[in-house]
Amino acid sequence: MMIDLPIRSIAKKLRSKEMSSVELIEECYERIEKVEPSIHAFITLVDKKDALSRAKAVDSRISSTGSPLAGIPYVMKDAYLTRDVRTTAASKILDTFIPPYSATVHQRLHDAGAILIGKTNMDSWGHGASTENTDYGPTKNPWDTNRSAGGSGGGPAAAVSSRFCSFGIGEDTGGSIRNPAAWNNITAMKVTYGRVSRYGAIAYASSLDTMGPTAKTAADCALVLETIAGHDPYDATSSTRAVEPYSKEMTQSIKGRKIAFPTEFYGEALDSEIREAIREAREVFVSLGAIVEDVSLPLLEYGVPVYYILAPSETSSNLSRYDGIRYGGSRALFTRESKRRIMTGTYALSSGYYEAYYKKAQKVRTVFIQEYQKLLSSYDAILSPVTPMMPTEFGELLDDPMKNMMADLYTGIVNIVGTPSLSLPCGFGKGNLPIGMQLIGSMFSEGSLFTLGHAYQSKTDWHTHLPSIVKS
Amino acid sequence: MTNYEPVIGLEIHVELKTASKMFCGCPADHFAKKPNTITCPACLGLPGALPVPNKKAVEWTIMLGLALGSTIAEVSKFDRKHYFYPDLPKGYQISQYDQPLCRGGKISTSFGDVRIHRVHLEEDTGKLQHATVNGKKVTLVDFNRSGVPLVEIVTEPDIHSAEAAKEFLKTLHQIVRYLGISDADMEKGSMRLEPNISLRKVGETGLPPYKVEVKNINSFRFAAAAINYEVKRHANILNEGKIPVQETRGWDEARGSTVSQRSKEGAADYRYFPEPDIPPMRCTKSETDAIYKTIPELPKVKLKRFQTQYKLSLSDAIQLTDTGEMADYFEQTLKAAAVLDTPFSAKEFANWIINKKPDINDTKPASLVESMREAKSVVAVSKDALSEIIAKVLLENAKAVSDYRAGRQQSAMFLMGLVRRELPKADTKIILDALKKALEDIQK
Repeated sequence: MMIDLPIRSIAKKLRSKEMSSVELIEECYERIEKVEPSIHAFITLVDKKDALSRAKAVDSRISSTGSPLAGIPYVMKDAYLTRDVRTTAASKILDTFIPPYSATVHQRLHDAGAILIGKTNMDSWGHGASTENTDYGPTKNPWDTNRSAGGSGGGPAAAVSSRFCSFGIGEDTGGSIRNPAAWNNITAMKVTYGRVSRYGAIAYASSLDTMGPTAKTAADCALVLETIAGHDPYDATSSTRAVEPYSKEMTQSIKGRKIAFPTEFYGEALDSEIREAIREAREVFVSLGAIVEDVSLPLLEYGVPVYYILAPSETSSNLSRYDGIRYGGSRALFTRESKRRIMTGTYALSSGYYEAYYKKAQKVRTVFIQEYQKLLSSYDAILSPVTPMMPTEFGELLDDPMKNMMADLYTGIVNIVGTPSLSLPCGFGKGNLPIGMQLIGSMFSEGSLFTLGHAYQSKTDWHTHLPSIVKS
Repeated sequence: MTNYEPVIGLEIHVELKTASKMFCGCPADHFAKKPNTITCPACLGLPGALPVPNKKAVEWTIMLGLALGSTIAEVSKFDRKHYFYPDLPKGYQISQYDQPLCRGGKISTSFGDVRIHRVHLEEDTGKLQHATVNGKKVTLVDFNRSGVPLVEIVTEPDIHSAEAAKEFLKTLHQIVRYLGISDADMEKGSMRLEPNISLRKVGETGLPPYKVEVKNINSFRFAAAAINYEVKRHANILNEGKIPVQETRGWDEARGSTVSQRSKEGAADYRYFPEPDIPPMRCTKSETDAIYKTIPELPKVKLKRFQTQYKLSLSDAIQLTDTGEMADYFEQTLKAAAVLDTPFSAKEFANWIINKKPDINDTKPASLVESMREAKSVVAVSKDALSEIIAKVLLENAKAVSDYRAGRQQSAMFLMGLVRRELPKADTKIILDALKKALEDIQK
């Protein structure tokens, strides 16, 4: 199908009139009709007629449209405000919320001519790692519908994995883009904090929230990031640094590039299938001319405790606006997981506890930043697992809050440090379940990570595998 | 009866008159606007909206700090202050906690120096309106004021009387107006006063174990009245051997008393933490210097200068420096007078402006000078002409002259009227002086 092609190829065909955006959108809705009932990736699907009329408009001016994203269908995690399209953050509290404005990321994609086809499922407010903490029913993993699609952005990942669209926009606070990417055999970029505007994205934990693309390949992610990245006057934390031409620079050789392999990351806490898959990936990088070295990065175990002080503290503050007075439903509608995080955060910020928890966690954060900076000053990237476990069965994480926290072991720390990380498919385990790995770089090194990822994907074909539910 | 000394600290909120609000692009001028017409996602606290700080408001706060002699923080930040109230759409107010923009400084008053504890920047809240709609009592929220830049000035407890508090407040009000950063209009609520009051025995120096805050007072007079009321109330309680409850009270002007609003203030936990949506602010020495240069001459300095440079009396100088606009007008008038080459002294202009009270927004300094010259020119009757007319009147009214000499002062006024008939436009005082002199000469 056309939707299976890389964005670059689709863009070319749209311009040569070999195909139209209308046909592409028709194809997407066709597949959605067939597969979505067994996956449940969407909370709100854009009316097909609306998507088609937009596609028609884009088709009519395609030759004069510069952006390769013109006419390309995409989905957004339901944490992004989309003007006139319902936005719920997967919580019944916002069940009827129709935003009066659009998130900057959505606006930029819209302006580029990309076509939003739906708002996808997530753990409500970003609270979770399995898309089970949603008020709209869990998203099923297209690779095994008895298992979770990961989270919090299970919806966008499952939608891309099922080829409902060309790309998805996720939101990563502690792994919410990368974790589902790994479990759905797709590629995702968690950007440097400040690289992409947070304006109009419903805040989970403001100092950790990052907005990024998820797609079939590193190349597609690069194209999307080029469009959504850059300074936004509506976000005081967005960087004024120029956006690099990622896709142009991506094709360079990675010969001589240095990758760190922190041995502590591959201990007992890690599933053995994942360990093996990443060891093989290491060899692929070596075969491509990269230098991979064992290093020590002993702070990992403190990542989860620090994350679970900072994120709940900030979320307890961010969610206080949902008081149900002017809009939205009652606070009683928060899930158990959200209530747990609000309570934890409120406690950690209380007078007398602030110094011992929030402030101390911020100090440890500074230590993390220094350690990562030190290591990344001599390496282009750190090769790390994404999740310690393979896709879980429903209930596994929901019933075990501690295990749910441990799902963020390798991802949360990256948000604490603020650096970018590219999540890539790197194999399959028992039952044909996907395995992912991540390449963590220094601040604003997205370009270098795309180059490494693109080289890896030029040599491997994991990312081209489709779940059987889509093939049949 | 024990003698007590009031210990008073003040918190003053001043709304800045920047073009836009503190953290969004909405206009900051919210007074008397149709409810909820100047709002946006940010000041309504809608999902996803983010605050972007207003640079001008930060600069103006630093300017006020510099004018008060504060130390400006090299690194400052915003914090979130959490509490639930329907006029606070985010569930927290963006304020400053442990790193305010300005610390220290003082204002000198005739009662002594009042030290400034800190000056910080925050956002104003919306406004609640209690109304009856369709026969139902409801509370409505107007978010026009939500997010308007608000500077909070906190003093040390250096004030010991209602009069001293009033003088401090008037001085601060004048400084804020001179800086042009706020209208500080009490009636519009753009300057709000909160005295913290407690009492200690005369001779003691420590802080009393309690304090009572009187919130949101909108006039200097009410502030003084509230302080006096509280001082009496506390004295009565202390005389009974009890300690007044630590609480927040409000001033009820109709009843002429304060009313309890909220107690157990000590238990409030605002769960402050650094506002993650706004990076910390750094202010370099050169930036502070640049702001310092924009500070106009302040009231105290101007007052002294007017006295020495223009030889004005203290009371004239006070009246002319009451506002920066009035002082500027006076000096522009002097400049215009110099151009127009008039013989009048600065003192004469001062008197003219103080007595005639021209509308300074409507009367150009040059036209004021002209009208003064015209009015004063009529007295330029020659001395000889005046003496001649007086001599003639005295000669023709020997009876009145002898009455005057017999001690009947009214006769002078009768004679005055006759002279005035001859010289209808002449200055009364000049005629009277000349007439009296002539009468005295006759007596000799």
